[in-house]
Amino acid sequence: MDTQARIKETVTTNNIVLYMKGSPKFPQCGFSNLATQILDACDAKYVAVDVLADQEIREGIKQYANWPTIPQLYVKGEFVGGADIMRAMYESGELQAMLAGA
Amino acid sequence: MLSAKQLESYITQHLSCDFIEVLGDDGTHFEAVIVSPAFEGKSMVQQHQLVYGALGERMRAEIHALSMKTYTPQKWQELNIK
Repeated sequence: MDTQARIKETVTTNNIVLYMKGSPKFPQCGFSNLATQILDACDAKYVAVDVLADQEIREGIKQYANWPTIPQLYVKGEFVGGADIMRAMYESGELQAMLAGA
Repeated sequence: MLSAKQLESYITQHLSCDFIEVLGDDGTHFEAVIVSPAFEGKSMVQQHQLVYGALGERMRAEIHALSMKTYTPQKWQELNIK
């Protein structure tokens, strides 16, 4: 399976997926850390994919949603945004509503 | 080392902005506030993609992190009146 197909399978078979640097317990970047904190604040159950553990995913995920940075949040197969957008949606309450329905 | 001013000019070369402010002095981490009529009618994801598009390959090579807030001119005006 090629990288794009692997990503598609991951984001469509799991309701909430966060591509991040490091793990939720040990984030390797401030933005990834912020993303996990926001998801925790929403009580979201999510699958975390550490892009540092897989170079093909690390590059492939940037093409998948035409988004050059990490973290990236996917809900029900749809790209939601990076850390800035997650923060803005959390502050407006939009993210909590989206995740509660996922 | 990439300066905030340079980054600002990279963005404005490809995206017409009513207002832009880029901060950051370590050469790799930046914060930006960008107001552009091109954001009109676009989702936040699409707005950020326009900025990433303006930066192109530099986003992969030179810039490690760009935190941004994007606004349409109308939204920007509303925020500044408050």
